Amino acid sequence: MTGEDILVEVRDLKVHFPIKRGVLFDRTVGHVKAVDGVDLRIARGRTYGLVGESGCGKSTLGRALLQLNPPTSGEVSFDGVELTTLAPGKLRTMRRRMQMIFQDPMSSLDPRQNVESILTEGLQTHGIGGDRDGRRKIIAETLDKVGLPRWALSRYPHEFSGGQRQRIGIARALVLGPELIVADEPVSALDVSIQAQVVNLLDELQDDLGLTYLVIAHDLAVVRHISDTVGVMYLGALVEEAPSDRLYTEPLHPYTRALMSAVPVPDPDVEDRRERILLAGDLPSPANPPSGCRFHTRCPWAQPTRCADERPELREIGGSRVACHWAEQIASGELRPHKVGVEIVRPAGEGEEPSVVSAPNEPGSFV
Amino acid sequence: MALLDVEDLSVSFARRGQRTVRAVDGVSFSVDAGEVVGLVGESGCGKSVTSLAIMGLLPKQPGLQVSGKAVFDGTDLLQLDDRSRRDIRGRDIAMIFQDPLSSLNPVVPIGIQVTEVLTRHRGMRGEAAAKEAAQLLDRVGIPDPKRRLKEYPHQLSGGMRQRALIAMAVACQPRLLIADEPTTALDVTIQAQILELLKELVRDSDTALVMITHDLGVVAGMCDTINVLYGGRVVETARRRPLFRQPRHPYTVGLLGSVPRLDAGRGERLNPIPGSVRDLLPWPDGCAFAPRCTRRVDACVGEPPELVLAHDARSYRCVNPAPVPGLTPGEEVREVVPGQATPGSVPAQAVPDDPPAVPGLAAAPSEEETP
Amino acid sequence: MTIISGKKREKIDRLAELAAREEERGVSLWQDAFRRLRRNPAAIVGAVILAIFVLVAVVGPFFVPYGPTDTMGIREGVVKVGQGLIPGHSAEHWLGYDHQGRDVFSRMIVGARQTLLVGVVATLIGLAVGAFIGGVAGAAAGLGGRWGRWVDTVLMRFIDMLLAMPSLLLAVSIAALLGPSLTTVMIAVGMVSVPVFARLLRGSMIAQSNSDYVLAATSLGVRKSKIALAHVLPNSLAPVIVQATLTLATAIIEAAALSFLGLGNPDSATPEWGVMLADAQQWLGIRPALAIYPAVAIIITALGFTLLGEAMREALDPKLRK
Repeated sequence: MTGEDILVEVRDLKVHFPIKRGVLFDRTVGHVKAVDGVDLRIARGRTYGLVGESGCGKSTLGRALLQLNPPTSGEVSFDGVELTTLAPGKLRTMRRRMQMIFQDPMSSLDPRQNVESILTEGLQTHGIGGDRDGRRKIIAETLDKVGLPRWALSRYPHEFSGGQRQRIGIARALVLGPELIVADEPVSALDVSIQAQVVNLLDELQDDLGLTYLVIAHDLAVVRHISDTVGVMYLGALVEEAPSDRLYTEPLHPYTRALMSAVPVPDPDVEDRRERILLAGDLPSPANPPSGCRFHTRCPWAQPTRCADERPELREIGGSRVACHWAEQIASGELRPHKVGVEIVRPAGEGEEPSVVSAPNEPGSFV
Repeated sequence: MALLDVEDLSVSFARRGQRTVRAVDGVSFSVDAGEVVGLVGESGCGKSVTSLAIMGLLPKQPGLQVSGKAVFDGTDLLQLDDRSRRDIRGRDIAMIFQDPLSSLNPVVPIGIQVTEVLTRHRGMRGEAAAKEAAQLLDRVGIPDPKRRLKEYPHQLSGGMRQRALIAMAVACQPRLLIADEPTTALDVTIQAQILELLKELVRDSDTALVMITHDLGVVAGMCDTINVLYGGRVVETARRRPLFRQPRHPYTVGLLGSVPRLDAGRGERLNPIPGSVRDLLPWPDGCAFAPRCTRRVDACVGEPPELVLAHDARSYRCVNPAPVPGLTPGEEVREVVPGQATPGSVPAQAVPDDPPAVPGLAAAPSEEETP
Repeated sequence: MTIISGKKREKIDRLAELAAREEERGVSLWQDAFRRLRRNPAAIVGAVILAIFVLVAVVGPFFVPYGPTDTMGIREGVVKVGQGLIPGHSAEHWLGYDHQGRDVFSRMIVGARQTLLVGVVATLIGLAVGAFIGGVAGAAAGLGGRWGRWVDTVLMRFIDMLLAMPSLLLAVSIAALLGPSLTTVMIAVGMVSVPVFARLLRGSMIAQSNSDYVLAATSLGVRKSKIALAHVLPNSLAPVIVQATLTLATAIIEAAALSFLGLGNPDSATPEWGVMLADAQQWLGIRPALAIYPAVAIIITALGFTLLGEAMREALDPKLRK
């Protein structure tokens, strides 16, 4: 990635949410480490895809990047400007250059605003377009870009279908002429036939406007489709980062392998051939993450040494960055997967009893 | 004779002062023992209503009309009274729902909810029931089942809850299992666990499984036969491989073309279906999909499309299906069944929101319902 | 692609373009709610009751047959309380006389105005004070960060203190402090409803503050004060409006209760339903109807407000839209 024009750089970003208890005075009894030390760089004009299961901290990371959740520590620089220490007024001005698209197009639109008001608000805030006519012109152009008819302006969000609402959300972000767009699960609330429309729209907009995307999604297929680089998150940290195609052909981290093998492919031939790596149990609680490598409690390749007590750093291996002590040995087949005891994970996060669930013995094909 | 034979099932809701809404319109399919049958479609296509109608679980309300047949092992489920239907439900036919948390009673321990089923249908009580319940939880892969029995639903994770629900469903060794989006609320790695469990259950006990989902990937890995639904109608039925290799109905083609695939490269353009699910033609006026269809011809409009029975145990309702290479159009057609239209009714999605202030633009039955 | 002939193409286009039909303006949520309200029979009944009530209260006093304070019954010697003689309805006096020989029908009509005044003013006091405290606390808690939470805690502990006191006790103490008068009743009843409005608006605002559209506005760079006023507040008002309608009903009943306890207007010359009810208790043995008229009037009015309030709750509830 060196030599490229880096638009966003995140260094050792942490977002910890305090867990508070107490009747009259709140007492902090612990922290949910939603994001716990993430480094990543996004090149201008490219798409960075962030995947992971619910609770891995990917949405929190996206919001912390835009300073919508204040980060606990770490740095976020946007086009050379450090955002975490920026004064509130200056940050508001910067917001024009970085926008967000939300998962649920209904709840992210104020139900009492009509489309014109939704689109005008940002322009007014930043004093773009000068007078009313100037703004009208910008808005009309934006509507064309996202494929909404002109008459939509006087309508309210509840009068549109899901796909159209998402277009309104995209228009709201675009109208300010941003450089970076953080899209948090942009299609997961939409019907299958509508998803493709929105994915294509995002692609076209990037081609036309040179946008930089951070796409956050749980759907690996969608992420692979639109991303240049993909980062895989597990329990608040990146476990692997690689160019999109490479990640899918040569996943190095055991979690990435398991994740890939779990994604259903709409093709019976592929489905029958592939072997699944079934992970045992559920995601541990981010309030009390496992020691060492966070994945070692569920990892079919976990080793008695290092895994449980030494947290792996992201290392470069042939164009990928992987946080696994044994990535090379696993890739070469030197290490074999084994059975993993299930640790019961509860929402409350108490006791755990192991029992045995099988994992396949062969690495097999992942796609 | 198939285990379950659904024939011309229709569900309509009549509302005062409005046109009758057809949520399901002449759906027919059959399920053999040990077979996995998929009902695939987007939100509002009628797949869930179909299963609820078969189970007799549709909320009783004035104006609700269910017609057709659903013959399970010689008995028409739609003709049964509530009592005998309850007997069959749970014992012979069981259902698994999308959201395990709302399907479990939050204030009753898992154990009691499982033993309740055993008591009701198998007459087991006390120690025996508790032991059997623990075995069931063990079978669906819940570790330390004895302790788990005493816990409440909120103490379990989403995947474990779904497992508990499956344990309850298979408690009486049902011969038919209906799973309505069983993994939609779960993460992919947990989804893989649950799907594997369902496959195992079907394989081991020769249970028939009706899988209702919007996820073509899930269908590709699980189902033997697949029914694609659109606008309350089955538009295409085929075995798994032929369907994915050679979809005939333009809607199936469109669905497959609009799903990004994990094994496809970066930037391969998707071919979305234009328009939205709400752009729907009432059946008597022609094919419901016509407004969004790229293969639309004159014959699509005016009357309902006929059901074409083709080779490969395939059938579709389309006047101008996608061509099969090496076959001249019409060559593989075995039989043509004329479509029947019910005048005066509209498909569910075409009905604008209440109040129908702006026709067509009032919020439709939301697309977000099934994420 | 195959060419489609005229009529059929029209048909498809009509359906395909249904969604594209152009209308003058969109339908806002308020308009939408109003439309649903109009279709609800309960709302119609409630609205009709209230319309009659308001009409009577506003114009009724100009058309009453007798002065409400005219003790004509005593003067003419028809009413002899000592002998247990309070005549009932007649052609001249539709609802008869009261114990001081005044025409009950006239007093009921004139009393409607006072009762409406008490209900509306008391509710407005509660709404204004409660919504202000709740709004500040809600905005502070939802958007204000650390300082905001502190402001919220202080305000809410104060509200909790108000809430901890039994409402009637609170009203009685206020009335005792200010001396019995109609104003006292209004203030007392208003203060009782302050915590309800405050908590309701605060809770609603905090919930709205966590919604995605607030995050979206923040990411647009909109100022927090503007977000609170332009987005959070309007979207939090629905439950407060419903509560205000319901409070009108309880305010009338509570005002009656206070008057009944003798904390209302000591000058019984200006008739008010609650006071009339209080006065009538002494004569229950002789003429129970004296108590029944104002009681029924209060019940029907309260019912009207409640019906309308419940209907509004249904109309404004986003979950029930469909």
